Amino acid sequence: MSKEVDLSVQIGDLQLKNPVMPASGCFAFGKEMAEWYDLSRLGAIMVKATTLEPRLGNPTPRVAETSGGMLNAIGLQNPGVEKVISEELPHLRQYEDLKIIVNVAGTAIDDYVETARRLSESGLADALELNISCPNVKCGGIQFGVDPTLAADLVRAVKQVTSVPLIVKLSPNVTDIVEMARAVEAAGADALSMINTLVGMHIDLEKRKPLIAIGTGGLSGPAVKPVAIRMIYQAAQAVRIPIIGMGGIMSGEDAIEYFMAGASAVAVGTANFVNPFACPEILDEIVAWCQGHGVERVRELTGAAWKEGEMPGA
Amino acid sequence: MPDHAAKGRYSVVQHFAVAENMMRLTIESEGELPPYLPGQFLHIRVTDGSDHLLRRPISLCTASRIHKQFTVVYRISGKGTKLLADKRVGDTLDVLGPLGKGFPLHKGDRNVLLLGGGIGVPPMVELAKQLTIQGVKVTTIVGFQTASQAILIDDLSQYGEVLVATNDGSLGQKGFVTQYLTEERLAETDRFYACGPSPMLAAVQKATGEKAVGYLSLEERMGCGIGLCAACVHKAVMPDGSVGYRKVCKEGPVFAAEEVVFDV
Repeated sequence: MSKEVDLSVQIGDLQLKNPVMPASGCFAFGKEMAEWYDLSRLGAIMVKATTLEPRLGNPTPRVAETSGGMLNAIGLQNPGVEKVISEELPHLRQYEDLKIIVNVAGTAIDDYVETARRLSESGLADALELNISCPNVKCGGIQFGVDPTLAADLVRAVKQVTSVPLIVKLSPNVTDIVEMARAVEAAGADALSMINTLVGMHIDLEKRKPLIAIGTGGLSGPAVKPVAIRMIYQAAQAVRIPIIGMGGIMSGEDAIEYFMAGASAVAVGTANFVNPFACPEILDEIVAWCQGHGVERVRELTGAAWKEGEMPGA
Repeated sequence: MPDHAAKGRYSVVQHFAVAENMMRLTIESEGELPPYLPGQFLHIRVTDGSDHLLRRPISLCTASRIHKQFTVVYRISGKGTKLLADKRVGDTLDVLGPLGKGFPLHKGDRNVLLLGGGIGVPPMVELAKQLTIQGVKVTTIVGFQTASQAILIDDLSQYGEVLVATNDGSLGQKGFVTQYLTEERLAETDRFYACGPSPMLAAVQKATGEKAVGYLSLEERMGCGIGLCAACVHKAVMPDGSVGYRKVCKEGPVFAAEEVVFDV
């Protein structure tokens, strides 16, 4: 019989029993998926972006398929922080050892701070993921995601009102990802998650206009994986805080690649749409890969692909 | 696993063209069929590769528990459905479902009207079958752009009268399905069930109004099909009475007609 693999990982103060979680926006608030499998199989769950006030989201069409991926422009549709606390999160408490990470979005420092404060005080969030990178809404926080000074100001302000670990989700739509990573680390971020979607567009030839109703959408899926791997490889060597890697993870081998690039855990997004069982299957594949390669602790793989003395992009 | 759905591999047992760019596909399960309702959809992967990742939602046309078969009729409208159309007898398909809320059947109904427009006609077949089994008298009104796109009229005729409208008058009466919604017909209808393009459903909602109760089955571009991504929303009355977006894949595709809000 194959040796048991130690899957536990540490993200700041957050102890995860395994390194696989669904990415925010790709799992709603968990109720729908709970009909398909036991959510306690997951190390954590990153639930949908939550804003201070309810948001209706964008008009349809909100998705378009592209080569090796998809574009989406949902527009942060959510019922607002109060309903998220009272109606959406409590059911997740029934799952043993399932860490709840709530994605917080906003348009100005004040509403990020207020949303984060209420979630932190609710006791229902084990960590917060600061969304400074949603490309799909006007004033949706992206201004924070592309400006290191603004990002740092926001992180400092949110840190003051939260008692749970703060993970900052970085946008790939920047020239220098290392600068962003360093800025939010210096401001007090406990971890990074990366990457959010890349801004893209798809044109409907018959209608001679963009297919997505608001024009652009966020590109996700296997097509973005090389970009994410590169950015994590660069950022992970420039900061001391851990990274949750994401972007087109469809298999256990994809996840292993993220670990080797420098991620400590992985989040699965688009794959959930294609296969509801993507997360547990990827976890099984990670275990099988580790057993096949004599890896006893999955955390040993983090940064395994780094070359001594070499750090591209630094 | 939801009690109403499953993920499985099915074999293609029949696949042929039934009209211009319209295919009829029958797939067979090795094991028992999962439970199904008319109006639900199958979410079908068209490749196993990383292109054309997203599944295609296609309404259930009819099913046979004895033969362990589902049949769908779909339109070739893009690269994904073109790939699906290339599947041959003996090929296998990765299928999720049936998904979504189907058409509810009501005990006590005696006369029911089914309205199908274009690619909205297929779900009417299983619905007509199940209603007929319950002893309900079914009248079906179908509408197409033109005669060459007409589908499933013979299938539906097994279960009752079928009235046809085409935009160009090449089959049945020239015009739209709503022209058959006379005061007299609505007065003797206990319930209607409609599926078709949004302009048709909006017209049906307007024509029926207070005169008849029924259901509309909506179509929107989907991501996941199971309520995760919130891509396929449609404006509708929310449980609290406000107007908001509801998920077509999970809360629909079938909604009570009065719940649906159209931007017209």
